Amino acid sequence: MFSFILKRLVQSIFVMLAVSLLAFALFRFVGDPVAVMVGQETSIEDQERLREQLGLNDPVIAQYTRFLGNLVTGDFGFSYRTRQPIGQMILNRMPATVELGFVALLISLAVGIPAGIYTALHNDGVIANAILITTLIGISIPTFVIGIFLIYVFGVQLGWLPTFGRGDVVEIGWWKTNFLTLGGLRALILPAITLGVYQLTLTMRLVRSEMQDVMNTDFIKFAIARGIDYRTVHYKHALRNSMVPVITIIGLQFGGVIAFSIVTESVFQWPGMGLLFLDSIRFVDIPVMSVYLVLIALIFVIINLIVDILYFVIDPRVRLKAEAS
Amino acid sequence: MGALLEVTDLTVQYPTRFGLFTAIEGINLSLEPGQIHGLVGESGAGKSTIGAAIIGLIPSPGYVAQGDIKLLGQSLPELSQKAYHKLRGAKISMIFQDPQTSLNPLLTIEDQLVETIRQHSGHSYQEARDKAVALLIETGLENAQGRMSEYPHQFSGGMRQRVVIALALCTDPDLIIADEPTTALDVAIQAQILDLIRRLANDRGVGFLLITHDIGVIAEITDSVSVLRGGKLMEEGKTAQVLGHPRHDYTKALMAAVPRLEEKLDRFANILSDEPSLPTPELLWKVDGASDQFATDWLLAGERHTASDGPVLSVRDLDVTFYTDRQFSLGKGTAVRALQGISLDVQPGQVLGVIGESGSGKSTLAKAIVGLVRPSAGRIEFNGSELPLGRERARTHPSRRKIQMVFQDPYSSLNNRRKIEDIIGEPIRFFDLARDKGEQRRIVASVLDLVGMPQRAMLKFPHQFSGGQRQRIAIARALVARPEFLICDEPTSALDVSIQAQILNLLKDLQAQFGLSILFISHNLAVVRQMSDHVVVLKSGKLMESKNSDDFFAGPGDAYSRRLLAETPSLDLLLGA
Repeated sequence: MFSFILKRLVQSIFVMLAVSLLAFALFRFVGDPVAVMVGQETSIEDQERLREQLGLNDPVIAQYTRFLGNLVTGDFGFSYRTRQPIGQMILNRMPATVELGFVALLISLAVGIPAGIYTALHNDGVIANAILITTLIGISIPTFVIGIFLIYVFGVQLGWLPTFGRGDVVEIGWWKTNFLTLGGLRALILPAITLGVYQLTLTMRLVRSEMQDVMNTDFIKFAIARGIDYRTVHYKHALRNSMVPVITIIGLQFGGVIAFSIVTESVFQWPGMGLLFLDSIRFVDIPVMSVYLVLIALIFVIINLIVDILYFVIDPRVRLKAEAS
Repeated sequence: MGALLEVTDLTVQYPTRFGLFTAIEGINLSLEPGQIHGLVGESGAGKSTIGAAIIGLIPSPGYVAQGDIKLLGQSLPELSQKAYHKLRGAKISMIFQDPQTSLNPLLTIEDQLVETIRQHSGHSYQEARDKAVALLIETGLENAQGRMSEYPHQFSGGMRQRVVIALALCTDPDLIIADEPTTALDVAIQAQILDLIRRLANDRGVGFLLITHDIGVIAEITDSVSVLRGGKLMEEGKTAQVLGHPRHDYTKALMAAVPRLEEKLDRFANILSDEPSLPTPELLWKVDGASDQFATDWLLAGERHTASDGPVLSVRDLDVTFYTDRQFSLGKGTAVRALQGISLDVQPGQVLGVIGESGSGKSTLAKAIVGLVRPSAGRIEFNGSELPLGRERARTHPSRRKIQMVFQDPYSSLNNRRKIEDIIGEPIRFFDLARDKGEQRRIVASVLDLVGMPQRAMLKFPHQFSGGQRQRIAIARALVARPEFLICDEPTSALDVSIQAQILNLLKDLQAQFGLSILFISHNLAVVRQMSDHVVVLKSGKLMESKNSDDFFAGPGDAYSRRLLAETPSLDLLLGA
């Protein structure tokens, strides 16, 4: 297992190098950084001096190495737009996005897995079909429409829930959390549902089809023929065997949820990284964009690694093969 | 002694879009404790449906339409779902065909055994575990105590089937339904498992209902047998009597289609066929000028290998080494030597039979010859000139046409999205054997005719045909390239006995007609016996013996070959037929 993780880590480093190169290219070659920074009345000489100070006249390789070195040491540079250190800006915004993504994932799993099991076991039942059709509608509508719909019903018409912002937050060190106040939790509900609906449908359908496949295997038929409790057959034998592919997809999707929470954050004015990214695009704030790119890649790589490790926990075939080699 | 199981007038039906389908009809059978009753028949005969009906697990939407099943005097179809489920395991249990798939891969065998035992008894965990170990020992698993915590994939096929049998036994059922329990196993393992079943029936008085398509298995261990066809009972009685002196025409035909070890027949005779003999529109549809005669002439018109001296194919010191999955380690993985120092010759117009158990390297040999696998050492010569190995052999290399292959599984060897016309026509186009479209069509239709298929088949897709018909199509595809050398890798092991006999007849005819040289691979000694002029035996990648076929079956020299021959179920019972 150790050598497997080591191998995956080496692969991850290459992925990160590739992404950082892309981010660097974005930073260096999309537009002239100096022209973006300075005002119109800055003289050519001043611009040249700034160029020299920033090291923009150095060979490309040297610049890339410096960029990489800065990233690794946590020096992400400054935003063009706000003149703040980018690391600080992202750290401020990250808790909001992570908490939103986490709750969205929780909703999608807590509803999606039981619904998937139910629809798999009650194939062709009335309720099962109703669930399938409803979620199909859910997955067919774009996220922002769902968001707006929820705002209209629960925010505007019923007035039950807040429709924008994070509400009350509690600061624990630098981490601002929604979880400790009622207002914060209420503010989380609508955006989390909006963000989780797609993943919920996906999880449900995946669990359903995997579970149906597993229910048709010989070992399930054999377990039933041995008179094992149906409950045990379903939850101990079938569910666990359905989980391996489900975990892969859910893991990858979670990366997607965090990376592409942009739309949801924008609809609900949720002050997370997505909104930051959106603002940065609007102002062509390239340093922020390239750091965001690297950060999202890092999140994907880490999630992938966790998914691979989960395989070991679930599937003895993988575990023992790895131990043998 | 009272009957353990009494099935009377059992009928199972499935509602379908086209009305009611009757899977089995009016089945009667009875079984005493400690007896083994065989249900034999070809696919679609309804054997498994009978088993499913008895254990109450007929796949939805099927149902018992009529008749009764009595177990120890209790009528089963009257039971509620819940009461029926209580019975499963406790009174009736089941053994499935494939030990690879019948155990939960994520649970240790200890988990599975203990769970099953405790489901049906008040045993504590430790008591259940002790009982499980005792059972594993009884079923002949070595080091049972130590292996309890292992997962199914850590056991070999035969050992896994022992675990399956232990699982079926662990609740002390009175009746065990064994659905093709040895079909997925090698001959040697099959013999051991059959021994075990016989012993359990004798010692524990468990009644077995043994479902199989293999007459050899029936002959080997059953006390009585029912012969089924199309859901109906053809004949039943004591095994010796039914197999030795069959009364029903179908049973007679079935027995005639079973390949024997004892003698080599020129052809299998007298096979019942469901094909309508009257000319139907299906059979009357013809492509202009297409006929089996045209196919014969066309195939013979190609340039032939001038029957010179020396072998067609000559393999020298062939080694193939595979590396195990490297995903989880940094190194190259461990080397598995699939073939070691194999040398063999195939003489022109002869059939070389390759015998071996699973894992012996038979298929690897075939793949190495056609260039799908790259040997690590050795030479392959075809018609006296050396063949490039593996991918070095260009797609345009002449041997690519001259050596053709027929695969084991006709379900996966034909592309389901293409019409038969395109499938068979592809080699014609690829090897540029006929340019003209009309000519191509005529050839395809004629070759279909030659392999005993209606010409109209060319308009259909593979899924519209049965396994036997698909294998005919696969043979037509191999034939149309005008090969000199045919490799048949277990061409009949996925087929029923009567279909197998038809396919073997076809191969024999084609071989005689076109002077083909054939490498015929099979694990079934009786089939090899019927086909081969010369025989080689492989074991774990090594050549054990190479001998003239008649001499080999009269008395193999090698100890391993002798064992293989001895373990093949004897059909002595049939000799009187």
